[in-house]
Amino acid sequence: MVVNETREVEIDRLFQALADSTRRDIVTRVITREQSVSDLARQYAMSFAAVQKHVAVLERAMLITKERRGREQIVHGDPSMLRTAARLLEEYEEIWRARAQRIDQILAED
Amino acid sequence: MTVVSTEKDTEALTLTFVAEFDASVDRVWQVWKDPRQLERWWGPPTWPATFEEHDFEVGGRSAYFMTGPEGERVRGWWEITAIDAPTRFEFDDGFADDDGAPDTTMDPTHSVVTLDRVDSQTRMTLVTTFTSADQLEQMIQLGMEEGLRLSVGQIDGILANVAA
Repeated sequence: MVVNETREVEIDRLFQALADSTRRDIVTRVITREQSVSDLARQYAMSFAAVQKHVAVLERAMLITKERRGREQIVHGDPSMLRTAARLLEEYEEIWRARAQRIDQILAED
Repeated sequence: MTVVSTEKDTEALTLTFVAEFDASVDRVWQVWKDPRQLERWWGPPTWPATFEEHDFEVGGRSAYFMTGPEGERVRGWWEITAIDAPTRFEFDDGFADDDGAPDTTMDPTHSVVTLDRVDSQTRMTLVTTFTSADQLEQMIQLGMEEGLRLSVGQIDGILANVAA
């Protein structure tokens, strides 16, 4: 298994963070272009505090980083954790490649 | 069989897997519907699956276990949530405890399988959505044996069938 135990906590946070559509949307926005928390808050029909909470969840999952610039908090996307999610999905894809090969064998017996 | 494409949506945590088989849509439907055929391909040879129940209709449940090299067993269940035979069905797939009761600490994955006729082949499209890292990791753990397996026995088997 590629994923060790320390990693498991990180991955749990990652998947929990990505399980929410608003948070996925925030990640998509800040990966293309850095934005302040107030900029983000204006784009959702929810309170500033609620958006701030989503940002905090994403920060713990290491999907974004926050930086204070004057009175603003600037949010950047960090693609490395998304790559971890991609790697897990790749491993799962291998399972399906193997299953498809076995289906093929069964069909070849007809 | 050709794997046509795979697409991973990292943010939505979905995997789309597309493969084409040289058989009719009805025939490929059978490898899902018939538990004796299903258990020949669901688990890797080192962790073969045994389906004790397989009720292939809407609301129907399946109960299966996979047996490891040391005789250890991992149990799983399915619930069919939609069916449009023989071209489409949806199911939830989760782990179960030793008595076969669904493990409520982990979310099931949800998959949609569609079969389409493309030229003289059947295209199978599978879209799986993950909601929990734990569950994805467990599925991967079970599947890890497959890398090894692919390199030896099965490839020989496939080539033998081609020759025949």
